[in-house]
Amino acid sequence: MKKEISIRMSGLGGQGVVTAAHILGQAAVLEKKNATVNPFFGAEKRLAPAESYVRISESEIYDVGEVVYPDIIMIYHPDVILKGKSYTMPFYSGIRKNGIIIANYTTEFSLDETDKEELKKSNVKLYFVPATKIALEVGNTELSTNIAMLGYLAGITDVVSLDSLKQSAYERFAGKTKFVASATTAALDESVKKQYAKIEQLISSNNAILEKAYKEAKSIIS
Amino acid sequence: MAGNNLKEVSAEYLLFEAKREEKFITGSEAVKEAILRANVDLAISYPITPQSESMHLVGDLYAEGYVKDYFRGENEFAVMSEVAGAAMAGVRVFTATCGPGTLRAFENFPMWAGSRLPIVMAFMTRGVNAPLTIQPDTIEMSFLLDTGMIMLHAENAQDLYDMILLAYDVAEQTSVHLPVGVFVDGFFVTHTRQKVKVIVEDVKLKSYDPSRSPMPTIDMETPPFRYMRDPFVMKSNFISYAAHASWQQEVIAAMYRSKKYLEKYLGSLIEQTNTDAEIQIVASGTAVSQARAAAKILKEEGIEVGIIKIKSIRPFPTEEIKDALKNAEKIVIPEFNRAGWLAKEVASTIKNNDRIVHGPRVYGGMTMPPEIIVEVIKKGTLIGV
Repeated sequence: MKKEISIRMSGLGGQGVVTAAHILGQAAVLEKKNATVNPFFGAEKRLAPAESYVRISESEIYDVGEVVYPDIIMIYHPDVILKGKSYTMPFYSGIRKNGIIIANYTTEFSLDETDKEELKKSNVKLYFVPATKIALEVGNTELSTNIAMLGYLAGITDVVSLDSLKQSAYERFAGKTKFVASATTAALDESVKKQYAKIEQLISSNNAILEKAYKEAKSIIS
Repeated sequence: MAGNNLKEVSAEYLLFEAKREEKFITGSEAVKEAILRANVDLAISYPITPQSESMHLVGDLYAEGYVKDYFRGENEFAVMSEVAGAAMAGVRVFTATCGPGTLRAFENFPMWAGSRLPIVMAFMTRGVNAPLTIQPDTIEMSFLLDTGMIMLHAENAQDLYDMILLAYDVAEQTSVHLPVGVFVDGFFVTHTRQKVKVIVEDVKLKSYDPSRSPMPTIDMETPPFRYMRDPFVMKSNFISYAAHASWQQEVIAAMYRSKKYLEKYLGSLIEQTNTDAEIQIVASGTAVSQARAAAKILKEEGIEVGIIKIKSIRPFPTEEIKDALKNAEKIVIPEFNRAGWLAKEVASTIKNNDRIVHGPRVYGGMTMPPEIIVEVIKKGTLIGV
């Protein structure tokens, strides 16, 4: 792993970019790494642009605030690219050389030529992944798109392991310490928990989504 | 209630000896963890982003029995007046606000200091201007510099946690007995999840002893107007002016007397790395973290820079700064506000202050990428001023 990895997650409010960032950061901490996690500092609401940032490192992390120069960008909704629903435009703004972009798509679309050229110039690898599709197929709810995105991240990069993600997701939804969440996040938590009769079912669904996305990612990169 | 199960211990035991564990929490959660151990009698809240979550969590502590009383005030002016009344009556209080809330409550802050109230309060700094912003900006700190309040600036959630706890012990010393504001950059710290070492032993700070106050505690026999409206201060004659002037001097003297208590916990009011480097960065709060990240980048390129972290803004570490910068050739002062109040403070402290590069500065909610500090150090030019 590179010394310090900075990840920017862009999506729409309600898609769980903040929750995903938390699960990822906590997973890194479980692996005895350092991590910091923060959301974009706006008055987010459902379907408005939402961003969160994760920094993971073997050594002390100092830099705080927005990740201006990310190594990895994760895009949770095609509108971030197609309609510019994002705080950072274009969607790859600031990406470091040899960076990685993982973008969720629901229908096929292609980038315009300028974007393609820019990404090529920085030798960026762009992966389009059907995260929402997997969330619907395996978990029966698009609210689990964020979980699928994390599975893809673990499969495509070595930032954290699949096992740590599973453990971290378990702690986020079923851990002993009550998770402090904003009112809207708490409401979405309730909504996703209602899809299942028992919290264990949510956990096993999350694990299945993570595994499926991870496996698909491995087949993409091989 | 859970709060009653905690054993009262001295501030020294609490901060130096009590068993700690590392938790992955936000700055707001660090505030909750600190207040859990602070044995607070009364906390009063009024919501304003990015402070709301902290006081909401303190409300949870009330529900769990760790804070004796808690309510939501009518607005920030009311809250700061209410905590003043409670402190005058001899109880330990806590509150927090930020940005526009700070300004709305402003009249109270010099009143707190003049009334010698040991109120501990957190400020989760945010911008104040129109157009409206809820984003981080440390401009409110410049307005508070001369209120008589002790001002500590936390770099991260760990500082925030420790500074809130030590603030009670410093504020409540008889020879100090002044309000302490613990400042932290809103969002950058309050909403960022990071590792924080918090106390896990079943202990809390020993309760406040109002008999140690240099001012009489109010009750039905000792009404507050004894010092709010005592006739000798309200008359227009030389004696009343002299009384008021010496009172103000005593407040400032009390603030400087806090230094030795602050040093007991903070070591020094400043923290230095790479003291011999020709280039020195002076910063407080989140700007210190950005400076550390910049120093890391520069080191890889073979450029050595020193960092001077200022932990206490009031009292200001004048002598320490003079000494730390005596051999510096270039002094860079990154800040999260437009006014550059820290650069002004340093410039009025040291000799040959043309060595100072006033910047970089970002404000209105912007992040300060360490790369900007790197560029300023290399070019020695101003960016964002």
